[in-house]
Amino acid sequence: MNAPLIRLDKVSKTFDGTMVLDELELSIKENEFMTLLGPSGCGKTTTLRIIGGFEKPDTGRVYFEGTDITDLAPNKRQLNTVFQKYALFSHMNIAENIAFGLKIKGKTKSYIHDKIKYALKLVNLDGYERRSVTSLSGGQQQRIAIARAIVNEPRVLLLDEPLGALDLKLRQDMQYELIRLKNELGITFIYVTHDQEEALTMSDTIVVMNQGYIQQMGTPEDIYNEPENAFVADFIGDSNIIDSLMIEDKLVEIFGVKFPCVDTGFGRNQPVDVVIRPEDVELHPEGEGRLPGVVSHIIFKGVHYEMEVMAGGFEWLVHSTVCHPVGAKVGIDVDPFNIQIMKKPESEDEEAVGVNG
Amino acid sequence: MGKKSLAAPYIVWMAGFIVIPLLFVFYYGLTDKSGAFTLENLAAIASPEKVSALLRSLKLSVLSTAICLLLAYPLAMILKGLHVKKGSFVVFLFILPMWMNFLLRTMAWQTLLDRNGVINNVLAFFHLPGINIINTQAAIVFGMVYNFLPFMVLPIYNVLIKIGDDTVEAARDLGADGVQTFFRVIFPLSMPGIVSGITMVFVPALTTFVISDLLGGGMVLLIGNVIEQEFTFTANWNLGSGLSLVLMVFILISMVLFAKYDKDGEGAAV
Repeated sequence: MNAPLIRLDKVSKTFDGTMVLDELELSIKENEFMTLLGPSGCGKTTTLRIIGGFEKPDTGRVYFEGTDITDLAPNKRQLNTVFQKYALFSHMNIAENIAFGLKIKGKTKSYIHDKIKYALKLVNLDGYERRSVTSLSGGQQQRIAIARAIVNEPRVLLLDEPLGALDLKLRQDMQYELIRLKNELGITFIYVTHDQEEALTMSDTIVVMNQGYIQQMGTPEDIYNEPENAFVADFIGDSNIIDSLMIEDKLVEIFGVKFPCVDTGFGRNQPVDVVIRPEDVELHPEGEGRLPGVVSHIIFKGVHYEMEVMAGGFEWLVHSTVCHPVGAKVGIDVDPFNIQIMKKPESEDEEAVGVNG
Repeated sequence: MGKKSLAAPYIVWMAGFIVIPLLFVFYYGLTDKSGAFTLENLAAIASPEKVSALLRSLKLSVLSTAICLLLAYPLAMILKGLHVKKGSFVVFLFILPMWMNFLLRTMAWQTLLDRNGVINNVLAFFHLPGINIINTQAAIVFGMVYNFLPFMVLPIYNVLIKIGDDTVEAARDLGADGVQTFFRVIFPLSMPGIVSGITMVFVPALTTFVISDLLGGGMVLLIGNVIEQEFTFTANWNLGSGLSLVLMVFILISMVLFAKYDKDGEGAAV
């Protein structure tokens, strides 16, 4: 394993008596696209601002290639930030905005000129040098903000919900754009968002955060398919989270019905949370399947039907390409591989801390 | 009609109290006592006494505008740095004196600064040397700064609070230190406020006669005093109007120069 490029060591931060980060441990590898994902107030932006140098942690240290940079001013760090609201300098034109960092560093005119051309090409805005900031759309302004950051050749690009202010279509285009940029530049991206779809689309590693704690860290596939606790399961995509009983290894009882599963090591007769993704719920004709139920709602969503099925006193959320009309009697079954078992949190506090490991 | 008719009261007001009086000033300024056309009233500015009054006015108003700017900018920066609630309270404190009559406040300073006034009595009590600035140019500059400072602070403050924290952070992020961030980002972005502030201090300072009357004790003649005297003592309205017109030209020139910078029309440029 490579040594981490950035490492946060037991970083804590409190604002007005509210704990925002509690002994956060985080390692970011070179050339990684890491996304900090979580609801507002989970500490993701604070984490980014601590890495950027805009906030100082109350306790804990920040290391960059093994060097302690906790007390280093933002202008001395080898990283650049793309802000949510672009934060372009409105008294300068596009070229002057992009040149800002290079001029400060005292680069030559021809170097700056070439860099501006290169950066504008990279963000698909060739020939925009002399335009004013206010003449650009939100998406274009954000591209300029990215260009302004990357001309400085940072080792790490910090992105604070950069697509938050854009409309849906533009946001999706920009996601692909960012992946392309990341691959062309070959630098580390640390991306903050509350949008799980954005996180799943772009990241190498997703860090799911809540209430100042890391809930789970892993590849998008890990996070989606094997959420470690109810929070992650609920936050990433839709899911059915059901109180269940782990009978023994590879056997769980859901609403009094035994379902085979693949998880082991939870002990015998232990209460657990079961997560089943709506697309993993199989609907069979009445009499088949393990658990009988009745369709109570159906909405056509384009790619699939979204149905609610009443079974075992629980509203199951089901995604299926096969339509079952309201009132239809069905039998529910789930592939053992698609049943995700999670340990029940013993207290509120543990729910926040999550399962570490 | 419709919405336009709502402007009628203002148009009547403008015609009655701005346009017609201005036409009178033009009429008096360009005629002699018999009513014949003349440029003599304008040319009168060239007399040594009036040139020196005008130059003195320019000097004192430029000086007090500069002092106002030097005091107001850091103050506005501090106000911006305060928490929103606290900030608006301090701004309120700053505007509070403006609710008192301008004459009254200036007269108060006359009493305070007097040779046997409050300040010197207090200083004498502590065996400190007294200050003798009453009836000098220094007292007038002091009075101008005191009276016009809020007009400099407010437009600058208004522009500064619109500069987002992220703009400042972006500059820092791109490698600028505190000083570079100020001179390359904050200061240029606050230019419209500075221009408004300068306009709002410079114009009244250039034309004032009350402050020079009260704190200058009639010893220091400004162009405002000269014009006032033509109207009140010598009752030569033609000459007074003529000199007013010349002063207006001076102000117009300075406005045009300022307006070049005030592209965004921030604040209340005249």
